[in-house]
Amino acid sequence: MLKLESIAWRPQDGEEILKGINLTVAEGRLTVITGPNGGGKTSLAKIIAGLQTPTAGKIWLDGQEITDLDITQRSRMGIGYAFQQPVRFKGLTVRSLLEIAAGGDLCNGEICQLLGQVGLCTQDYIDREVNASLSGGEIKRIEIATVLAKKNARLLIFDEPEAGIDLWSFTGLIDAFEQLKAGRNCSLLIISHQERILEIADEIVVIADGKVRTQGSREEVLPALLENEKTGRCPLHKEVACNE
Amino acid sequence: MNNITQKFLEIVSDYKGSFDGVAYNIREDGGCAGRQSTEHIKIESKPDGPGLVITIDPHTKGETVYIPACVTKSNINDLVYNDFYVGEGADVVIVAGCGVHADGDAEARHNGIHRFFLGKGSHVLYKEKHVGTGSGKGLRRIDPVTDMVLEEDAVMEMDTIQIRGVDRTTRSTTGVLKARAKLIIHERLMTDGEERALTDFNVVMEGEDSKVDLISRSVARGSSYQEYHSKITGNNRCTGHSECDAILVGNGKVNASPELYAGHLDAELIHEAAIGKIAGEQILKLKTLGLTQEEAEEKIIQGFLR
Ligand SMILES: Nc1ncnc2c1ncn2[C@@H]1O[C@H](COP(=O)(O)OP(=O)(O)OP(=O)(O)O)[C@@H](O)[C@H]1O
Ligand SMILES: [Mg+2]
Repeated sequence: MLKLESIAWRPQDGEEILKGINLTVAEGRLTVITGPNGGGKTSLAKIIAGLQTPTAGKIWLDGQEITDLDITQRSRMGIGYAFQQPVRFKGLTVRSLLEIAAGGDLCNGEICQLLGQVGLCTQDYIDREVNASLSGGEIKRIEIATVLAKKNARLLIFDEPEAGIDLWSFTGLIDAFEQLKAGRNCSLLIISHQERILEIADEIVVIADGKVRTQGSREEVLPALLENEKTGRCPLHKEVACNE
Repeated sequence: MNNITQKFLEIVSDYKGSFDGVAYNIREDGGCAGRQSTEHIKIESKPDGPGLVITIDPHTKGETVYIPACVTKSNINDLVYNDFYVGEGADVVIVAGCGVHADGDAEARHNGIHRFFLGKGSHVLYKEKHVGTGSGKGLRRIDPVTDMVLEEDAVMEMDTIQIRGVDRTTRSTTGVLKARAKLIIHERLMTDGEERALTDFNVVMEGEDSKVDLISRSVARGSSYQEYHSKITGNNRCTGHSECDAILVGNGKVNASPELYAGHLDAELIHEAAIGKIAGEQILKLKTLGLTQEEAEEKIIQGFLR
């Protein structure tokens, strides 16, 4: 359903960050992208959601080329993106942000369900402003909830959803991802370093130094990743990158 | 009262056809279009000039008094002096909205000078909403003056909103705080087109452990211009905080000059100010939720001025 062909990206006056990425995300699958810090994962997510324009390459969603579509158009086609670093808004409340995300009014029950999925108690948060007063973990969870709220979801991207989230809520989050996968005909693309997220993946993609290093089913990729981690070797095929 | 006044009342005073059982005075084009006192809140004309004396008995609780003023045509320059005496221990809401409507080439102006004397331990929520309407070329002008004296332990919360339609405004607010008195001001302001707005706050904390919190949020759109001055003086052990945030859209311009004066070693005064366009990442986030650029800006501004 999502297809990337030879995606390259170079920021203005910068070095090439993404160097010809080819990737296919199949319908209804959960794909986890992992890899070393600075490898280009977030850059790739932004390119898929339309926040960055690739310098070369093409993107398709459901057979339609979307390379030239803007963020709004892609969102309306069903692409959602939970930022690695959530944005704060002076004044906007949790309720209004979730309603924007859902594309219309939500009843308290619906908001309760969304916030419950990310482990927040509705009463405490519904009228809070999404501003600097929220803790790192709180804002991250609200960010995730804005993407879970999406009505027409075809492809949902979560950028390090585990970051800053406590262990108890994390279990709930994993459940939410599994439910999403089972319940809706959308695909999930999760950028993560977390073993428990890797364990629920259908596919794992390792990106390092702007390239796809490995791609395959969880059964094929995960054992080697974990082995590298145990032996303290350069993680995630970085061995290759390090030796280069 | 005429239709325009009626419409204004709906906007500025939550008016739903009548003011039942509450104290009110409706000012329309310089005259009185209705008045009612209650057992504990007396509204009387000033003997010596335009305006009212509003006397709220000590320990009056839970009552609301409405003092709206409307200018419904061009070529009116309305000036009014209203004095509010709030008795000790009273706890009331005062709603004093204002609408100006210009239908011709001449100016429509309301100039309301409100003085508040809050007795010991009293609590007032003061709501003030300003709007301008009408397609006349004449300027719509509202120049409110609000002077407050808070006796010991008095608390005043002032909630002031002016969103669109007022071409020129000069808003002057002063406060003097005695011991343990607390003043909280929330200002929300939006200007557009060629509108100009001047805001001036001057608060002096005389009493020990008095406190002021001044929060101003404004949006300057079109080619509008806003000027913001605030001065907080602490002459005793006290805390003062002011926060001024302005968003620029298009060619809007804002000049903010906050001032703090500490006349006592234990005066703690803080000012925070930020002016700038809407953060790009906020727009990006809302676009990923399916909004267009314009829709995203609108939502951000709506939330900001909430
Ligand atoms: N706008 C930009 N201008 C210049 N360099 C950039 C820009 N955005 C990202 N980079 C660089 O591109 C590289 C990849 O960044 P990216 O955020 O995609 O990495 P990542 O794989 O998501 O890393 P992490 O695991 O730390 O989140 C980094 O070296 C980063 O500094
Ligand atoms: Mg990243």
